Amino acid sequence: MVNRVITGAHYGFGSWLAQRVTACAMAIYSVLFVIMLIAIRPGDYEAWHGMFVPVWMRLATILFWLSLCYHAWVGVRDIIMDYIKPTAARLVAHGLVIFALIGLAAWSVQILWRA
Amino acid sequence: MKIRIQRYDPDHDAKPYMKEYDVQLEPSDRMLLDALVRVKEMDDSFSFRRSCREGVCGSDAMNINGKNGLACVTKVADLKEPVELRPLPGLPVIRDLYVDMSQFFKQYHSIKPYLINNDPAPQLERLQSPEDRAELDGLYECILCACCSTSCPSFWWNPDKFVGPAGLLQAYRFIADTRDQATEARLDDLEDPYRLFRCHTIMNCVDVCPKSLNPTKAIGKIKDLMLKRVV
Repeated sequence: MVNRVITGAHYGFGSWLAQRVTACAMAIYSVLFVIMLIAIRPGDYEAWHGMFVPVWMRLATILFWLSLCYHAWVGVRDIIMDYIKPTAARLVAHGLVIFALIGLAAWSVQILWRA
Repeated sequence: MKIRIQRYDPDHDAKPYMKEYDVQLEPSDRMLLDALVRVKEMDDSFSFRRSCREGVCGSDAMNINGKNGLACVTKVADLKEPVELRPLPGLPVIRDLYVDMSQFFKQYHSIKPYLINNDPAPQLERLQSPEDRAELDGLYECILCACCSTSCPSFWWNPDKFVGPAGLLQAYRFIADTRDQATEARLDDLEDPYRLFRCHTIMNCVDVCPKSLNPTKAIGKIKDLMLKRVV
């Protein structure tokens, strides 16, 4: 294979926009979450559990986690691109991060929807 | 005036070192470049670039007390002593304050810094309205001194892939030019995780530009245009 500097992947703008959209979603959820904490002041497990009983709260939390995972993916991918140069090692690192983030997202769904 | 200069002659030195000079300035020596000319008179082995001596050619860009700037427009009176001078960071040093700017100009050339217009050339010139011409203010004044790109951590890290603030300012200069017909192609060229989107809005470029230009703003306008064409 030729040893040439290759650019032109054509996904920079989508990632940049997605990072900002997900940041907005997380910011809105964070404000909402703080307001709920102040209003409910959960002191025990039951109160914490009760906070996540409404379906809209669960959906908002899922949206927050998905936003967090996608936001983290773009950021971590950029770090990997900066620090891991061999293509094979970079691909493996990307794969590991994707699996970890999908696992975290699935775990958060499982926690929110279990009885 | 005490000046400490990074010296390096690849023919004789294993690595760069700092050398201090005690320079006697004349009353007419107002700018750092005047002091460097005095150093050159004291030690003719010292090398640095200079040309217009009035902030137009961009030849004497260097790192002055930790911040990139032009020696010819930097007042001696504003500098804290000893003045530490180093070559522009991130570029290969050829000798003393000389750096190899090939990579910088390679990125500049990659954005096709010329008008692309396939219409037959008019007899005199391609005219613009005063409003369209005003769009180029703050863009065309760049003198390509490389102060901005060599103060950008993203350019230090990916100089072969990230265009850098100087190149991106010029990219927007041609995107903003109503006489240019290659806007789509120019945006396509920059739609890449490295070429444009390695800019993380650190704004070192704005901080150091000796012409008070704002590459970060130009980069933001490129992103705005990319957004406009997809929504």
